[in-house]
Amino acid sequence: MKYLYLVWSNLKRKKIRTILTMLSIMIAFLLFGYLGAIKQGFSQGIDVAGVDRLIVRHKVSIIQLIPQSYESRIEQVDGVVDAVHQSWFGGIYQKPSNFFAQMPVNPREYLAMYPEYLLSDEEREAWFSTRTGAIAGRATADKFGWKVGDRIPINATVWTRKGGERTWEFDLVGIYEGAEKGTDTTQFLFRYDFFDESRQFGQGQVGWYTVRVADPDRAAQTAEAIDAQFANSPAETRAEPEGAFLQAFANQIGDVGFIMMSIIAAVFFTILLVAGNTMAYAVRERTNELAVLKAIGFTDISVLGLVLGESLVLTALGGGIGLGLAWLLVSAGDPTGGALPVFFIPVKYLLGGVLLIGLMALVAGILPALQAQRLRIADALRR
Amino acid sequence: MAGPINWLSQVVSVTVFNIRSLPQRLGSSATAIFGIAGVVAVMVGVLSIAQGILQTMDNSASEDNVVVLRSGSNTEMMSIMSGDDARIISEAPGLARNESGAISSPELFVIINLNKRNTGTDANVPLRGVSRPGFEVRDKFNIVDGRMFEWGLNEVVVGVGALIEFEGLEIGSTITVAQEEWPVVGIFETDGGLAETEIWVDASVLQPAYRRGNSYQAVYAKLESPESYQEFKDALTTDPRLNVKPMRETEYYESQSEMLYKLVTGLGTLIAVIMGLGAIFGALNTMYTAVSSRSREIATLRALGFNSSPVVISVLLESLLLALIGGAIGALAAWSVFDGFRAATLNFTSFSQVAFAFDVSPTLLLRGIVFAMVIGLVGGFFPALRAARQPIANALREL
Repeated sequence: MKYLYLVWSNLKRKKIRTILTMLSIMIAFLLFGYLGAIKQGFSQGIDVAGVDRLIVRHKVSIIQLIPQSYESRIEQVDGVVDAVHQSWFGGIYQKPSNFFAQMPVNPREYLAMYPEYLLSDEEREAWFSTRTGAIAGRATADKFGWKVGDRIPINATVWTRKGGERTWEFDLVGIYEGAEKGTDTTQFLFRYDFFDESRQFGQGQVGWYTVRVADPDRAAQTAEAIDAQFANSPAETRAEPEGAFLQAFANQIGDVGFIMMSIIAAVFFTILLVAGNTMAYAVRERTNELAVLKAIGFTDISVLGLVLGESLVLTALGGGIGLGLAWLLVSAGDPTGGALPVFFIPVKYLLGGVLLIGLMALVAGILPALQAQRLRIADALRR
Repeated sequence: MAGPINWLSQVVSVTVFNIRSLPQRLGSSATAIFGIAGVVAVMVGVLSIAQGILQTMDNSASEDNVVVLRSGSNTEMMSIMSGDDARIISEAPGLARNESGAISSPELFVIINLNKRNTGTDANVPLRGVSRPGFEVRDKFNIVDGRMFEWGLNEVVVGVGALIEFEGLEIGSTITVAQEEWPVVGIFETDGGLAETEIWVDASVLQPAYRRGNSYQAVYAKLESPESYQEFKDALTTDPRLNVKPMRETEYYESQSEMLYKLVTGLGTLIAVIMGLGAIFGALNTMYTAVSSRSREIATLRALGFNSSPVVISVLLESLLLALIGGAIGALAAWSVFDGFRAATLNFTSFSQVAFAFDVSPTLLLRGIVFAMVIGLVGGFFPALRAARQPIANALREL
C-alpha cells in the first residue's frame, strides 16, 4: 500500500505532465480499439461463419445465376444435409446510399439454415403465411425506423416486375435479432415464391446456395462431390466453406488488416517515445529523492518496482480510458453509414489491449527503472 | 514600450535564444517531431489512397463522351438493353460520326473470378465486350505489348492494371469463360483510368458465351462536342421506344467512385484527427517541459525589461518550428513510401475490382504540413501563456 501511495504522489507532483502523457496513451488505445472494430467490420463476420456450411456459386463468378433445380441435386450428394438458395436483389430504398442487402429466399428453409437469425414464433408464422411478407434485421429496421406492419417500397435495379414496373412493395412482418454479436442484422429478406412469380425474366434462376454438410471434417470432399455433379454442365459450380468464401470476399477489398496494423504500429511507436521520454525525464528529475529513498533502506529492487509501478499506473489509466472510449465510440455506430454490416470490438481485441498495456508499461518504464535501480547513493546525493 | 522595432528585436533575440538551446532538450523535442511526423505520414498515406482512386476515375472520363444505361440502373453491371435500343441510341442527334456511322459502342460488362496476386484468393475482375467504335470513343487506348484481338475470335486483351494485380493474365495464358479457354493476345493501357483494370473482348463473342442473345448493357458514345450533350439527352429521353438514362462520362465515373472515395476519406480523416489529438498532447508536453526548464531564464529576461508578448511569440515559434520539421519529415516519408504504390480494391458500386496507384499530390503534402502547423500552434499556445504569466519573483526564486 505504501508503494502505491508513493507512486501516486509521484504522479501527482507534475499534474499537467502526467495528464498529458496519460491522454496520449489514451489516444493510442482508443485507436487500437477503434481500428480493431473496423478490421472486424471489413472481415464481415468470418468469425461467425458456420463450420458446417458451404457456399455453392457459379464457377465463373457469383453474378452468374444458377438454376433453382440444382437444389434437389445438391441435396442428393453424399454428405449434404440441406441446401437453400439465395439471390442478390440489389434494389434501392429511397436513395442509393441507403445500402443494405435484400434477398429473396425460401423462409422455412432459410431460417432453418441460419439459426443465428432469431425471430419470434408469431413473426415466423406471419412470414410463412404472407406472400408479400418480408423480414428485416434489427440494425436496418432501427436505421430507417421501420416497425412490423410497415409497407416497404424498394426500387429494382435489375429485377423489374412483370409489365416493367420497378417498385416492389413488401409487408414487414418481422424484425430478426442476431444470436451473436457478429451476426449480420442488416439484411432484408423476402419470399422467393412471390419474387419468382412476379419478376419479368429469369424465372427458375437463383444466385447461390448455402449447403449444410453432415461432417465438417469432410467439408472439402463434399464440396468436390458437389462440383463434380455439375461438371461440364452449362452452369458449372464452385463450392467452398462459408469461412473461405467470406475471407476471399474480404480480401477483395484489400489487405485491410495489414493497413490497420501498420497504422497501429506507427501510433504505438510514437506514443512509446512520448511515454518513455516522460518517464526518463521524471526519473532524472528525482535522482536525489531516489537516492534518499535508498539511503533510508529501500532496496534496489523496490526502487525498480516503484518506477515500473509508476509507468504501469500511468499506462493502465490511459489505456483503460482509451479502450473504454473506443467502446463508446464504436457503440455509437458505423462511421461509414452502412458499409460495415457488423461493427463492434471483439473480445480478443480487448484482451489484446490489456496485454499491450502491460507490455507498453514495461517497455516505457524499464530503462528509467534500471537506471534508478543502479543508482549509487553517494554519487546521486552529491549531484 | 519603445516602439515596434524594439519589440521585434526582442522577439528575435528571445526566439534565437530558444532555438539555440534546442539541442539541450533534444529528447523531448525529438519526441514531438517524430510524433507529428507519424501523424502526418499516416494522414497523407491514407488520403493518397482516396486521391489515387479519384485520379483513376478522372482519367477514365472525357468531356466528349456519354454513357447510356437502362433507366433505374446505377452501374453497367445492373443495366440491360436490347440490340434495337443500342441501334436507336446510335441514330440520335448530337453524336460524332465518321464514314462507318456514329461513334457509338454498345457494350457488355460482366465479371470473372481470378486470383489476386497479393492474397491468392478470388477477386471480381471486370470483363468487357466492346464493339468496333469503342476504340474511337476511348482514343487513349493503346496496345503496349502483343497485339489487338481479332474481331470475331475469342481472344482477349488485358489492361496493364489487371496484369499487375491478378494471376494468369500474361500474353500466351488463357482465361476460362463459359467452359472455353480464351487466349490473352495483348496488353493495353488507357493513360491511367479504370479500363486498365479490365479485360476486353469482342462484344459479339461475349454475347453467345453468356447467352445474352442480341442484348447489351451499356452504350458508350462520343459527342460532336461537349455542348451537344443536351440535344442528345433530349432525343433519348423523349423517344417513346427507349427507357434509358444518358449521362456524361464524367458524371458516370464520379457516381461510380463516390461511395469508395467517401469511405476512404471519411475513415482517413477520422483516424488523422484522433492521431492529431495524440500529437497535440505530445507537443504540449514537450513545450511545457521546455518552458518549465527555462522558467528562470524567462523570468530573468522579463526582469531585464523584456515584454511578455515576445516571450509568448518565441515559445509559439519554437513549437511551430518543431511542427514544421515533423510535418516535413512525415510528408516526405509518405511521399517516398506511398506515391505510385499500386493496389486494387473492390468498388462496391460496380462490384468489381479497380486497380489504382496511391497518389501523394502536392496539395496533399501541403495539407499534411498545414495539419502539422495546427498541431504545433495548439501545442505551443498554452505553454506560451504559462511562460508569460509566471510571476517573475516566484520563478527567480525557484530551485
